[in-house]
Amino acid sequence: MSPILADVLQVSALVVALALVYVPLGDYMAGVYSSKKHLRVERLIYRSIGANPDTEMRWPAYLRGVLAFSLISVLFLYLLQRIQNHLPGSLGFAAVTPQQAFNTAASFVTNTNWQSYSGETTMGHVVQTGGLAVQNFVSAAVGIAVAIALVRGFARSRTGELGNFWSDLVRTTVRILLPLSFVAAIVLVACGAIQDFGTWHNLTTLTGGSQGMPVGGVASQEAIKELGTNGGGFFNANSAHPFENPNAFTNLFEIFLILVIPFALTRTFGKLVGNVKQGYAILAAMFIIWLGFVVLMSWTEFAHPGAALQAAHGAMEGKEQRFGVGASALFSVSTTLTSTGAVDSFHSSFTAFGGGLDLLAMMLGELAPGGTGSGLYGMLIMAIIAVFIAGLMVGRTPEYLGKKIGGREIKFAACYILITPAVALIFTALAMALPTPIHSAANPGPHGFSEVLYAYTSAANNNGSAFAGLNANTDWFNTTTGLAVLLGRFLPMVFVLALAGSLAEQRPVPETAGTLRTEKPLFAGLLVGTVLIVTGLTYFPALALGPIAEGLS
Amino acid sequence: MTTGDIKTSVEEPMSTETPVRAPEAEVPANAQPEGGRVGAGAFEPKALLKSLPDAMRKLDPRVMVKSPVMFVVEIGSVLTTVLSIVHPGDWFGWAIAAWLWLTVIFANLAEAVAEGRGKAQADTLRKAKTDTVARRLDGDAEESVPGTELRVGDLVVCEAGDIIPGDGDVVEGVASVDESAITGESAPVIRESGGDRCAVTGGTKVLSDRIVIKITTKPGETFIDRMISLVEGAARQKTPNEIALNILLASLTIVFLLAVVTLQPFAIYAKAEQSMIVLVALLVCLIPTTIGALLSAIGIAGMDRLVQRNVLAMSGRAVEAAGDVSTLLLDKTGTITYGNRQASEFVPVRGTTAAEVADAAQLSSLADETPEGRSIVVLAKEKFGLRERHQGELVDAEWIPFTAQTRMSGVDVDGRKVRKGATGSVIAWVQERGGTVAEDAQSLTDTISQAGGTPLLVAVEDTDGARVLGVIHLKDVVKHGMRERFDELRRMGIKTVMITGDNPLTAAAIAEEAGVDDFLAEATPEDKMALIKREQAGGKLVAMTGDGTNDAPALAQADVGVAMNTGTSAAKEAGNMVDLDSNPTKLIEIVEIGKQLLITRGALTTFSIANDVAKYFAIIPAMFAVAYPGLNKLNVMALHSPQSAILSAIIFNALIIVALVPLALRGVRYRPMSADKMLRRNLAIYGVGGLIAPFIGIKIIDMLITLIPGIG
Repeated sequence: MSPILADVLQVSALVVALALVYVPLGDYMAGVYSSKKHLRVERLIYRSIGANPDTEMRWPAYLRGVLAFSLISVLFLYLLQRIQNHLPGSLGFAAVTPQQAFNTAASFVTNTNWQSYSGETTMGHVVQTGGLAVQNFVSAAVGIAVAIALVRGFARSRTGELGNFWSDLVRTTVRILLPLSFVAAIVLVACGAIQDFGTWHNLTTLTGGSQGMPVGGVASQEAIKELGTNGGGFFNANSAHPFENPNAFTNLFEIFLILVIPFALTRTFGKLVGNVKQGYAILAAMFIIWLGFVVLMSWTEFAHPGAALQAAHGAMEGKEQRFGVGASALFSVSTTLTSTGAVDSFHSSFTAFGGGLDLLAMMLGELAPGGTGSGLYGMLIMAIIAVFIAGLMVGRTPEYLGKKIGGREIKFAACYILITPAVALIFTALAMALPTPIHSAANPGPHGFSEVLYAYTSAANNNGSAFAGLNANTDWFNTTTGLAVLLGRFLPMVFVLALAGSLAEQRPVPETAGTLRTEKPLFAGLLVGTVLIVTGLTYFPALALGPIAEGLS
Repeated sequence: MTTGDIKTSVEEPMSTETPVRAPEAEVPANAQPEGGRVGAGAFEPKALLKSLPDAMRKLDPRVMVKSPVMFVVEIGSVLTTVLSIVHPGDWFGWAIAAWLWLTVIFANLAEAVAEGRGKAQADTLRKAKTDTVARRLDGDAEESVPGTELRVGDLVVCEAGDIIPGDGDVVEGVASVDESAITGESAPVIRESGGDRCAVTGGTKVLSDRIVIKITTKPGETFIDRMISLVEGAARQKTPNEIALNILLASLTIVFLLAVVTLQPFAIYAKAEQSMIVLVALLVCLIPTTIGALLSAIGIAGMDRLVQRNVLAMSGRAVEAAGDVSTLLLDKTGTITYGNRQASEFVPVRGTTAAEVADAAQLSSLADETPEGRSIVVLAKEKFGLRERHQGELVDAEWIPFTAQTRMSGVDVDGRKVRKGATGSVIAWVQERGGTVAEDAQSLTDTISQAGGTPLLVAVEDTDGARVLGVIHLKDVVKHGMRERFDELRRMGIKTVMITGDNPLTAAAIAEEAGVDDFLAEATPEDKMALIKREQAGGKLVAMTGDGTNDAPALAQADVGVAMNTGTSAAKEAGNMVDLDSNPTKLIEIVEIGKQLLITRGALTTFSIANDVAKYFAIIPAMFAVAYPGLNKLNVMALHSPQSAILSAIIFNALIIVALVPLALRGVRYRPMSADKMLRRNLAIYGVGGLIAPFIGIKIIDMLITLIPGIG
């Protein structure tokens, strides 16, 4: 079988699998957020944190919940790393340095999972499972909760109430993420991922040497790492490591896990706003972009200019032999178009255009389908921008899902689209302008620039993947990427929630024949165009000096 | 409604300015004003030159800062000029600086031209507002005071030849008034005390008789003063959507500012440090200058298009709301129907023919000068070719004119007595003469009544005795083209509701015939108000017209309330638009102008943003191909040199503003169609066109400027 045919079959199998679970999972999640009942375990949690899950919150209260919870999480995670040497199961690792502990804490709480450390040689059992894995769940849950709050903003009228953050957080974790990742972990264990809380095994190799074999709750962490679009690997090699991602099936399965919730959330959205077709339009826009990137990435990685690459039948540098070009391309696109950042191959080693596509995927704002929750709210913000510009062209003041997009709404949406480019570009510019940071880059010329640009784009968009040549474990990068992930995560959430509050207060506008039909293919196409032009154009000069210059030379 | 009194069948007082017009003159689609006070306002290139001084004055940064996008361009112009002064030998810097200034000036020019058109109208109005001397009444004594000293509540006298000194209501007398100074309509109108025709406007001229006016507005706040400030744009405030769009444009400007500012460190790393001039050029090309430059001109032009149709919008907000309207309340009389009943059919009773009925009906109506009577004569001629006989032709005829008491008209000639009139009266007349009333006469009249019409009986007394010949079917005639118009509105997503004082039966019949979506029968002002509130509670925006004082609350409640100029001061005060022609049908045009305004804004925004793609392809290779020769492959337009490429992009950016001024002023062509079709069409033209056009434009400019010696 030709590699390209294999690639097509893999993509098709993936799409079929995603399509099969789309409706049941989406509807199930919609049910979770509309249900009035609390599970016993949830009641227990509410009681222990002293939250009343039945009070409705307006957007400032909801935001306070998000921020308070995240702040406590950062502090807790920081502390855990700093006292790791005193904890049981530390495997003898020392306490993490302050800068790296801050960076890691910020990174995991923001669903970024940028790792300036090497997991298997830095973090013990407690930090990995009790700290990082817990954040893998709850940081994803926070993203989904904020997205659901925005959806409620569309669905509700003449109220400022957006639901209850604690209830959304707990339900997402207990009813969605835990059961799904449990099943996923079992599948991964069955396929060969390890799950072992003992101490390192010392093995004698064939040549008689001695090698330490790491242990840990890998499969369980792997499941939520993909499912919650986290991406923080147990091992430094992430999903390229055979203990995390043993074979071609687990590779495809992990891609499936990455995409399944963000795509299905569009169905949840449709259900909650009372028109599943609206969800399909958002889904279509996401899918078109995702598929476009898959095709382009596969093309540039297979087309591989240069004698060496042609001899190898593909740009195999940085890719695992057991996955090959197609599966690696598929994984890398899926991980950068979501906020995952898990990798099964090394983006820095991709062809210049391939690496550039990964960069662009993140620059678009990670909304096709995007991170858990963040993808949906990112795309809905873009839909608001699209509606605002195009909506005028049908001769009405813009409206989306029965809500007017006026000055207040556009102000919040505009601030949202401003933040990530600002964070990414300003930090990159600082790093390039200062004398020291660039020493972290492994390469000269455009690729060296790409490494830095990639780092901050990844951080600002809460992706977490990296152009691996860059030595990010310096005080400069630990501090600035730590700041970038925090700004790139929570500032947009402020505006999303403010927007949700503003929408929820509105009186709905009834749909007429004169209303822009946002559930039609035309609108999905328009949305794709808006995403590409409005966000893509911002980065064009930077891309030109990085991957494009490299690729065209 | 079997014994309708014909005289009262005109339920609403006919407005004096809207005489019955020939059907073909009614509601032409997208009607242009036929020679109104202002022309159609086609864009003249000469206007650009005339507005140049105004455009220069607007360079004041305190004015520019209101348009964030163009303010950034102005700062860029200053910056490049200063840099060029520091390095005077660099032709490229001078060229960029010059074109940046031109970009700003072109933007100001667009606004100045739009305003200039309003100014011309304001000048005309000012002429009408010559200082008048008022004859103020003090008890019975009269004193002459300047018009500017009048206070609210003063009583003034005006006689033939006097200019009315201020806005007010007629409290005594009746006069014909020439209001052409305001409406452009030369036919005089009647103004009289009491009722809905008591309002007079300062600056208009009394042609006959004597009236006493109670002043209702302070000098300086009169209708004509407000008109002047409106058309001049002095009172113009940014509309909600304009503000929202400005926010989006400002944030795009900030994004691109970031992209350009952060570019320099990247460029230095790439060993391709850029000059400030090039960075400014890149920034100006990327920020949405096209829409930023034309945004306020579009708004002013939208108001102006209304003024050209003799509609004054008191706020831009109202124009925008017009585009969003989803329910139109239309008065039946004058808007949907011609305002009086007309004969539509001659129905014979058993044993006679329609021709016989027509003949008798015509004969008996010759002495009936009511519109209904005339329409019978007309119908007889149209349907049966019966020539209109003049009263003088028939000698020895005794004419019985229509009176409210007899409710019949007719003629006694050649021993034949012909009568037509209200059912009851005619039956009584026949029975008095011992004649017979055909058995089916009653059922025929009932059928007509049920269909919403008014039956008139035709009877004759001759040698065969007195008898009923047949029935004339009088009905409200729906204006030509209304059904198509309502279909169009429905496709645009607008629901039409007919408002009438008729009973539900009649109303339903007319509603059915006209094709409106709904009707409100036996409507009282309270019903109207309740209907508006109900629609608004469902999130709909409502537009209506009105002229009476009792319409005022509803006019104020409606999102778009168009008061007729013939209406009372209260109505004009309550509405947010005034139609100087007092033509209620214009509501439909107002909605279309509102939509056109929004479409133009959206289209030019889309165009502006789509333009950026081509500009990147011009400028990025120009900036960095030296450092990374591979980037030359992005120079898909094969532009001559880095300088010519950047300059071409800047020139295109400036010229496109001028090129689009006519579009901004005229508005994007608008035809009623569904939102889907409209979006597809506009996206194809302004989205795809906006992607492609600059590639061609920049290439052409590049080819031209390389011809200039020293550049090529």
